[in-house]
Amino acid sequence: METSFALTGKGYLIMAADTTSARSIVKMKVDEDKIKTLSPHLLMAYSGEPGDTIQFAEYVERNIRLYQIRNLYALRPAAAASWIRRAVAESLRSRKPYSVNLLLGGYDTATDDPHLYWVDYLGTMAEVPFAAHGYGSYFALSLLDRYHDPDATLEEGLATLKRCIDEVSKRLVVSPGAYKIKVVDKDGVREVEL
Amino acid sequence: MSIMDYNGGSVIAMVGKDCVAIASDLRLGNEALGISSNFQRVFPITDRIYLGLPGLATDVTTLRERFRFRVNMYTIKEEREIEPETFAHLVSSTLYEHRFGPYFIEPVMAGMSKAPSGGCKPFIAATDLIGCLNFAKDFVVAGTASTKLYGVAEGLWEPGLEPEDLFETISQTLMNAVDRDAFSGWGCVVHVMWALIAT
Repeated sequence: METSFALTGKGYLIMAADTTSARSIVKMKVDEDKIKTLSPHLLMAYSGEPGDTIQFAEYVERNIRLYQIRNLYALRPAAAASWIRRAVAESLRSRKPYSVNLLLGGYDTATDDPHLYWVDYLGTMAEVPFAAHGYGSYFALSLLDRYHDPDATLEEGLATLKRCIDEVSKRLVVSPGAYKIKVVDKDGVREVEL
Repeated sequence: MSIMDYNGGSVIAMVGKDCVAIASDLRLGNEALGISSNFQRVFPITDRIYLGLPGLATDVTTLRERFRFRVNMYTIKEEREIEPETFAHLVSSTLYEHRFGPYFIEPVMAGMSKAPSGGCKPFIAATDLIGCLNFAKDFVVAGTASTKLYGVAEGLWEPGLEPEDLFETISQTLMNAVDRDAFSGWGCVVHVMWALIAT
């Protein structure tokens, strides 16, 4: 089942999402990238109803880009998160709501610190030091309660993420095979391997 | 399970002698799974009004934004700050606008209203999710721990509490009530307001 994690550390944010695209009990694709880079310092992991997810993610991506083109600077993480939450919340009370869960992670270049927002399909938003969506969250959140350190180095942060991924692989019946992991810090977004 | 209990959370407000207090827990959950232990649901509206919004978390954020907008519009049009009694009716009518598709929130508010003598008078109120106002003289409660809060508050509250004693009373009431509720807890926040010029 779909699983995504994110955690903050000293001057960086790590985001991981599984890469399987499933329909019913069949894996249709095993290398799907479910983390979009919205702006040079902003990442968004999305999961939920197939179709809704991509439609909504692309809508958000284009609008964030449009803001950047019009204003010559990107929205900061808090502002982008507020705008995206509002899009989800307005959709919730519409005729056909988007069924999309999000993790929004960014690095604020003005204050030099990472920010992470947990957003669900209802438009619930919370700023958190670490977060997870999907069945993996039941395992990962308790692990992160124990091992997360806001002052950890990137290596330590990736080690904590590996603990989460390994635990999900070990205990979850329908565990995903592979993950895509992205890091955002002062230098922008990059993909990493564990 | 009701949609009102989906995210958990509770708020209480109490009246004291020339003072008021409002307190809430900080939990945000998905049914039994805890997501955040720092989810604020009590917000300052003016210098002398606080509003607590227990209920569905998406509507906590939506209503906070909505009330900020409406209070700002009121301040600009009237060229003065909104009074707590007026604000209570603003809350009520905002919720009643959505009578047949409501916001799943039961607001609790606390404020200091201006008395004719020039001093301040404590004010508390609560509404249900469609805006039925309840102006209580002692305390108001709402949220997943509301039944427990009623019990503890009924036992601990007494008339004429000074700010320090009111703080202790509301804190103990909230903490002991949320300890018996699985959907509330994970930290608390308390706000106390008192008059510098008593009535």
